Amino acid sequence: MAKVQFPNPHDVETIPGTEGWERMYPYQYPFVTDDPERKAYEENAFWFYDGLHYPEPLYPFDTIWDEAWFLALSQYNTRIFSVPPVFGVDHRMINGYLYITPVPVKDPEVIQSRIAHFMERAGYYYENWNALEAKWEQKMKQTIADLEALEIPKLPEMEDLSVVKEGLGESTGYKLLKAYDNVIDLGIRCWQYHFEFLNLGYAAYVTFLDFCQKIFPDIPPQRVTQMISGIDVIMYQPDEELKNLARRAVDLGVDAEVRKGTDYEALKASLGGSDAGKQWLAAFEKARYPWFNVSTGTGWYHHDRSWNDDLSVPLSSIGIYIDKLHEGNSLERPMEAVQQERDRITAEYRNLISTDEDRATFDQLLGTAKTVFPYVENHLFYVEHWFHSVFWNKIREVAEIVKEFGIIEDVEDIWYLKRGEIRDVLWDVVTAWATNVKPRGTYTWPKEIDWRRGVMKKFQEWSPPPAVGPAPDVIQEPFTVVLWGVTNESLKSWSDIQNVANLDDIDSFKGFPGSPGSVEGKARVCRTVADIGQLEEGEILVAPTTSPSWAPVFIKIKACVTDVGGVMSHAAIVCREYGMPAIVGTGHATKIIKTGQMLKVNGTTGEVTIVK
Amino acid sequence: MKGNAPLVCWFQECRKEDVPLVGGKNSSLGELINAGIRVPPGFALTTHAYRQFIEQGKLSEKLMGLCDGIDDTDMQALEAASVEARRLIEETDLTYELEDSVAEYYRKLSNYCCMPATPVAVRSSATAEDLPDASFAGQQDTYLWIRGVDDVLNRVKTCISSLYTARAIAYRNKNKFKHHEVAISVGIQKMANSWTAGVMFTLNPSNGDRSSIVIDSNFGFGESVVSGEVTPDQFLVNKVSEEIMARTISCKEVCYTVDPITQTSIRSEVPAERQEVQSLLDHEIEELARMGKLIEKHYGRPMDVEWAVDKTVPSGGNIFILQARPETVWSARKTDPVSGGRKSALEHIVNSVMTGKRLQ
Repeated sequence: MAKVQFPNPHDVETIPGTEGWERMYPYQYPFVTDDPERKAYEENAFWFYDGLHYPEPLYPFDTIWDEAWFLALSQYNTRIFSVPPVFGVDHRMINGYLYITPVPVKDPEVIQSRIAHFMERAGYYYENWNALEAKWEQKMKQTIADLEALEIPKLPEMEDLSVVKEGLGESTGYKLLKAYDNVIDLGIRCWQYHFEFLNLGYAAYVTFLDFCQKIFPDIPPQRVTQMISGIDVIMYQPDEELKNLARRAVDLGVDAEVRKGTDYEALKASLGGSDAGKQWLAAFEKARYPWFNVSTGTGWYHHDRSWNDDLSVPLSSIGIYIDKLHEGNSLERPMEAVQQERDRITAEYRNLISTDEDRATFDQLLGTAKTVFPYVENHLFYVEHWFHSVFWNKIREVAEIVKEFGIIEDVEDIWYLKRGEIRDVLWDVVTAWATNVKPRGTYTWPKEIDWRRGVMKKFQEWSPPPAVGPAPDVIQEPFTVVLWGVTNESLKSWSDIQNVANLDDIDSFKGFPGSPGSVEGKARVCRTVADIGQLEEGEILVAPTTSPSWAPVFIKIKACVTDVGGVMSHAAIVCREYGMPAIVGTGHATKIIKTGQMLKVNGTTGEVTIVK
Repeated sequence: MKGNAPLVCWFQECRKEDVPLVGGKNSSLGELINAGIRVPPGFALTTHAYRQFIEQGKLSEKLMGLCDGIDDTDMQALEAASVEARRLIEETDLTYELEDSVAEYYRKLSNYCCMPATPVAVRSSATAEDLPDASFAGQQDTYLWIRGVDDVLNRVKTCISSLYTARAIAYRNKNKFKHHEVAISVGIQKMANSWTAGVMFTLNPSNGDRSSIVIDSNFGFGESVVSGEVTPDQFLVNKVSEEIMARTISCKEVCYTVDPITQTSIRSEVPAERQEVQSLLDHEIEELARMGKLIEKHYGRPMDVEWAVDKTVPSGGNIFILQARPETVWSARKTDPVSGGRKSALEHIVNSVMTGKRLQ
């Protein structure tokens, strides 16, 4: 394949009207030309757009998770596990979109010395994986419990008498500052844990993939992931809870009532009168914590709301399941069939290996991949779903106070501020509150937020180049490898689509083959999980991405196409479990496809064709 | 085979231990049929029949007299002996018993194929002791599109006489095989009237991947594919999941079809509008791949297979295997483990991280 050419990072033009956008983000994020050394470094590195995590430009506040993983991933690679040929992953931003580059270790002697450390350190983790993972789960649960327990105090007109009588000596103003610091601190800590196992997990998975591809040059990556499928992971639990609630409703005879609507308050009123109704409501409440802390998006953006934020989402899914039960469907995931097929495929490939030595290696690496797989899946629920869902709402509580003092007009305006700026605003607020004067920010911030709102809108309308800088021949950083897929083919097709003037002219495009099989059917574009109510039986779901909160739709659809995700993404995994085709990481499917079009989806080749 | 050695027998009665009786090719067809593989029907004239023919015609001594002692490098003398020996064989009448047996089986075969005087392929099937190398086997003859008892009987004799080509005589003289001890069997098999035909490897011949099946196909008979006269369509099938992973549709300008008047194979141009049409349907590709898996399983090694889709047989039963041989190129190669002596998973992980992913 010809080398794909990408622009120089310093040549990408600022969108007119957004001049000065850099102040919305940490100061080290923009590409720069004033520092010759940094400029040269930036020009010689290959930066690719991380569309997998950031399909949209970042709001200033949402940059927090980027900073968090910038630190966490890099520290584990460079300072903790000593990944031999690569240091961390450097981050930059262009017009609100995130670009990253792995930083290679250039000195062969340094690489050699890092190997010994890696063997000792990473080796320890692989050897004690299960025990360390159990410990991880404890730490993670504690962090989430700390966050949930954390109170964001409202600033009172008069402090409680106890401050005086108990000689506490602290005001709510001080407590508010501290609470905000604690929320941020817990977030950063949570992301420290997020990467504790992740890169080692990816490395073990990639090693198994590499090995299989060496013996079987034609093996599709999805067949390799299939060999580690059918292992129960908690990512499925939220969906299982919904199924249980549907069964429970039928058993208790309240299914007709539950099916009536998706307004939880109305449902509480109508069920509260009977014993059976009360029992079901209790079961529903019990399931909500933690299982409804599941994001309707990736969890990376503040606007990815959880089921608990909008109970109509789980309620409409329970409704779908009740209907399925009435039709005589058992609602069981075809786990047994999946496991049988997994075992058959694994055994057939194993039998085709010609040497005993390679067969032993196959067993060994498959075992390691299976050991790491649950973590690679489960961390998502703890961090991106559970923790983030609680976290965004804690920040909304802070925003309420900022709004109360007239600095923002709407709670959702808070996201236009960087986390450091919010701390500054809180200082403005608490000092003004203490002094009983008007905060200065009431004059400065509304104007700035209006301007930022306009900038964000322009960013959203802009299409980021898939990469900038010279492409290398080899990438060694495990995270980047999994993120990237195997070749730059996908990247090329993204850039090809970008060069088409009219999206209506496109009648076929490619993504990652996520789950094999080929079907034809009607497209249903669902931009958010709120749209799934319109889905009809047998349609092909086209979505930006899917998460566990989308689970109920998989029982209705016959294929799935997403903008974002790799072979290990949620849509790909679930479709493999249900044995239906999936094409993931197409980049632009939701922009190209319109609801009602006939699609041909080939999950084996990754090709989507618009038939009509 | 049980009981007294027969003069003729159906392919499905042949097993691999019958090579001395029906030769390698016929016994292998019998094996395929019994492994559940669809093979065009046919029957074998056995080495027992061959011996009866030589004996009744009192040919043994005459042939020995013609061929014994000729210097295996004297091409002229060898050629002369061959012409004489083959004339001698071809002018000798088959016994009535033999003629009747062949005629009876041919009639039954035509009946079975619902076609009077069904066109057949007549080919020699060498026995194991005559098979020191594969190239020698190729010296014997194959006659296609033979119709009617008389023609079949004539070609049977030509096949028998092909034991006495100059090269075969030279070979036996050089290696001190006795001319009167060799024997040959002949196969009479229904011609597959193929709409599409080609070859199939139960591994990927371009990279040796044993989890793949590669199928080459063109319209008409397989000759155009086997000879390399056209660039065929190519399909890559995953052997484990049986899904079609890649297809390359080529521009196929020529193919071989049957001349409706002479009932022989002729080279013809593929109509322009069909040249770039996929020559094998998806469900046929899948069925063929499943047959490939069965054949490989039966022989326990990667195979090289000739196949055809017969247009005179209804879909669902129209794909036939014409021939199956062990794959030789990749199977002969010694495969070094890709593990490279690394013992632990950790060593593999380090190696994988060090190697990285090639992007370009």
